[in-house]
Amino acid sequence: MGYLRFLLLGAYFGIVLTKAQVISWYKIRNMFYFREPDLYLIIGSAVAVGAVSIFLIKKFHRRDIFGHPLEIPGKTLTRGTYLGGFLFGLGWFVTGTCPGPIYAQLGAGEYWAIFTLAGALLGAYLYAWLRPKIGT
Amino acid sequence: MEMLLHPWPWYIAGPLIGLTVPLLLLFGGKNLGVSSSFRHFCAILLPNSRLEYLRQDTWSDRSWNMVFVIGIALGAFLAAHYFSVGALPLLPASAHTAAGAIRLLAGGVLIGFGTRWASGCTSGHAIMGLSNLQKASLVATLCFFAGGLTAAFLYRMLGWGA
Repeated sequence: MGYLRFLLLGAYFGIVLTKAQVISWYKIRNMFYFREPDLYLIIGSAVAVGAVSIFLIKKFHRRDIFGHPLEIPGKTLTRGTYLGGFLFGLGWFVTGTCPGPIYAQLGAGEYWAIFTLAGALLGAYLYAWLRPKIGT
Repeated sequence: MEMLLHPWPWYIAGPLIGLTVPLLLLFGGKNLGVSSSFRHFCAILLPNSRLEYLRQDTWSDRSWNMVFVIGIALGAFLAAHYFSVGALPLLPASAHTAAGAIRLLAGGVLIGFGTRWASGCTSGHAIMGLSNLQKASLVATLCFFAGGLTAAFLYRMLGWGA
């Protein structure tokens, strides 16, 4: 079953997010109040590993393990990148959670995160509704 | 072994988070991203919606990503129940109230709306996009922090908790 590998890859991500404690409200507050450098160092070192990996993959191995060519599309800079990014930042602080950790909190037994998830689905619906007006 | 049980220091945890990028590419052929799952779940919950953004959400975009985020919950379950000693609480006691639930819901709306407008979150932009040296992801990441720091400043000004 092809989907099992995505379950395992997701589980890997969930485990490291949890053990990094980035799924804790306290870590997010400590980051935004500059009480500890952990989150900045975590994001920085994650990007360093990610960047070296993508560089090597693009240089030597443009295929996945099944031999399919890899697509790594670019991201487009739009008005939404600025405004949506800023709004997400507000929500990140208010809830002390970003999207990956919402699912991780629920898995870890922090069931009040269901409100964060419900809000996020509502927000995505709101965007779907307003998209013809505000664009990307 | 003892170390495994406790929270992992940044220099272990950060690189392992970054490793998700090549693992997902090589074993799954996919680009790391989480917030698109909000669109997918909306599209599934509202299959008859006439909104273009939900109608155009395809099964091939959707299926792997939804399994991936369920995997995130599974991994967090395993980590929290079988090798977690001395970890911080995930949400403060103040979130476990009616007012707290409303804050989570309102903040969640900002997360869902913002990440969909920006086409990415901390995973898709700050980790995946920055790793791929995307200018849009750098802008997005700076705006995430601009938003978060603005909220932190306002909370301080208004004296809303630590």
